[in-house]
Amino acid sequence: MDGMAGVSRRQLLGSATALALGLALTGCGGSSGSSSGVDEHGVVTISVNGMPAKTQPEDRKDFEDLVKQFEAAHPKIKIDAREGQMDPKTFAAKLAGGQLEDVYYVYFTDPAGLIQRRQGADITKYLKGVPYLDQIRPALQDVFKGPDGKIYGVPTGNYSLGLVYNRALFKKAGLDPDKPPTTWEEVRTAAQKISALGDGTVGYADYSKNNQGGWHLTSWIYSMGGDVATQQNGTWKAAFDSDAGRKALQALHDMRWTDKSMGTRQLLEIADVQKMMGSGKLGMYMAGPDNIPTIVKQFESKYDDYGLAALPGTATLGGGDGFMFNPKASPEKIKAGLQWIQWKYLNPDREEENVKKFSGLDVPIGLPQPNLFDGAAQAKNDAIHAKYANVPQANYQPFVDRSDDVAVKVEPPNAQQLYTVLDGVMQSVLTKEDADLDKLLADAAKRADSILATVK
Amino acid sequence: MAGRPLPTSPARATARDRTPVRDGAPAPAGASGPATKKSLDRGPASPAGPSTRGGAATGRFRRRVRENLVAYLFLAAGVICFALFSWYPIVRGILLGFQQVTFAQPAEWVGLDNFRRLFDDPLFLTAWKNTGWFTLLALVFGFAAPFATAVVLNELRRGKAYLRMTVYLPVMLPSVVTMLLWRWFYDPGPGLFNNVLDVFHLPPQQWLESENLAMVSLVLVSTWANMGTTTLIYLAALGGIPGELYEAAELDGASIRRRLWHVTIPQMRFILMITLLLQVIGTMQVFVEPFVLTGGGPDDATVTVLLLLYRYAFVYNDFGLASAMSTLLFVVLGAFAGVYLRLTRSKG
Repeated sequence: MDGMAGVSRRQLLGSATALALGLALTGCGGSSGSSSGVDEHGVVTISVNGMPAKTQPEDRKDFEDLVKQFEAAHPKIKIDAREGQMDPKTFAAKLAGGQLEDVYYVYFTDPAGLIQRRQGADITKYLKGVPYLDQIRPALQDVFKGPDGKIYGVPTGNYSLGLVYNRALFKKAGLDPDKPPTTWEEVRTAAQKISALGDGTVGYADYSKNNQGGWHLTSWIYSMGGDVATQQNGTWKAAFDSDAGRKALQALHDMRWTDKSMGTRQLLEIADVQKMMGSGKLGMYMAGPDNIPTIVKQFESKYDDYGLAALPGTATLGGGDGFMFNPKASPEKIKAGLQWIQWKYLNPDREEENVKKFSGLDVPIGLPQPNLFDGAAQAKNDAIHAKYANVPQANYQPFVDRSDDVAVKVEPPNAQQLYTVLDGVMQSVLTKEDADLDKLLADAAKRADSILATVK
Repeated sequence: MAGRPLPTSPARATARDRTPVRDGAPAPAGASGPATKKSLDRGPASPAGPSTRGGAATGRFRRRVRENLVAYLFLAAGVICFALFSWYPIVRGILLGFQQVTFAQPAEWVGLDNFRRLFDDPLFLTAWKNTGWFTLLALVFGFAAPFATAVVLNELRRGKAYLRMTVYLPVMLPSVVTMLLWRWFYDPGPGLFNNVLDVFHLPPQQWLESENLAMVSLVLVSTWANMGTTTLIYLAALGGIPGELYEAAELDGASIRRRLWHVTIPQMRFILMITLLLQVIGTMQVFVEPFVLTGGGPDDATVTVLLLLYRYAFVYNDFGLASAMSTLLFVVLGAFAGVYLRLTRSKG
């Protein structure tokens, strides 16, 4: 869900980064409270992040109310709520300075590295008996599994990439907004028709900067039936120098240079593309469902204007978020933290009450998302969401309809490093008409191999 | 001009001014110390003097300490602050370069491993090459432009104050605003530059998207944003050139060009040298421009040392590697700083 917003947040500019760089690099080796966190009355206090900022007063108030409710229901636990989510710029400094929360938010791209560097606590033995945790889909649980088979965190949300499109532009270009493209050839034709509208209209846009190009190229390659990295005899190898990789690059190259339906401005990132979509100048782009409310809110447009289709091809990239635990957290804190996460984020019992409240506020209910649970818990959630939906669900039917045909694959190991390499590939294809696709893939694979060699 | 060259020279000057005072202090301590200075200290009740007891040297030392105790206390605050917020982080940063740090476990010493891994990264050389290229370009644009502007401004009879302000204006813009503004200038579609080219029937350019142009484009942004400061320095230096020199040159019938060549440039040689060095030091730390405008692309053409360092630290969370990189940068910049110190000292 928040995965994409996270990537963009992560790339936030500012000269402050230079300052942060200096500060973090100098991180003093402070000690963290190694105490159990339990006071004389047996009350354990845990610090958690994920509290909305003061700039979102309604969300923040809601969070604070939930903390109160939770504390009332769990008199032996006190929550010390902190603002913010995973921010790689401050994470290490917080950890070094003993300021890292006991329970901290992560994106799916991070757990593998955090586990490898032992920056998260092993929670395997505390999971037993916590309601619903065993019903979370195994693929999502695996994201938090270490090479030692132990569990280091809990997923709380996930998304998969589809195709967000502008229904109004589809109509204007003579395309049926209820039948969006299901193959890349159809995407190409649709993009051509939309960019033929002129006036700066772009048929299809994609990212190519700050690791977001690599992230999307990975999804392109998945959709062409390929892989970015595969494991053979315990070691990881780059797998994108393949037919699928070549097909992905060729499709991008053709749309950019032959059809000229990808616009002239490149080196885009998520915020740029959302702006294009929000201002009605873009036909389609690859994105998860959570992009739609962002565009609607930021550009004051209407939900009716946007549709969501599944990604063409056979597979797409899925990501998500969850929580991990401070490696120095005591067993009492881990147990309390798990109760909080389950109660707040993974709770079909509270879902109806929540959704009812949110549907009255400005929170979109009924956007399609891949299931978090298997079985009964998921069925319960689905029924509630359908009942309180406040967004035009018909617009997302094309995404839902094909979801069974499109496998959701998680991100490769050392994802961020690989994305840096693939960023370069994406950039070359989109900025150089005479780019040598074979050579690009071969060179990038060599670099990716050396990055993957460090995966344990 | 991409440097941030202002603060160092005045600071240096005060340091130089202070030195003789410190060096001179021991002399008056014995015999002819100014009375006012003594009375300012802890009162006249300090007859320790150069007596026979304990050797003259320690006696003199103790007395000097006692006499200047207040001064030392004031100094200590500064030294402690520096040590805590400046020297300790530097030392710590260098040490991190030889460690594998996760901050969860105690750091592990890995010797030169991080440096070896740096050299193995194919982007390492690219980053240094790109940074060198940026610095060189910044010198071509950023060194000449403010000097020329300053000379022209200095020659003006009217509107000097207004133009001086105009030149300085970009420095006052927050860098985020500057970047957004230039993104629009460079936009290959409706951007300003391509529209201007269009007026002259020239083909549109891929300012940021072409490997050949991207770095030049970044240097232009940086020059535009920073040249105001350097121009002001040059203007001040120009104002300091004795008028008689120009009068004499004019009497001899020297043209503007000859006056520039034989009076202005020789008179400003020192300040030119200093800004040159400071600019090298400043531009080698280029970060915001590539980070915001190109993200290092296209095809790694604008990956700079600091951008790579940022990735190591905050994208890959590998602080050992990032610290090793920053240590290397520190050494290189240290060499330039050494030259700078030599120059400023020899001038005195």
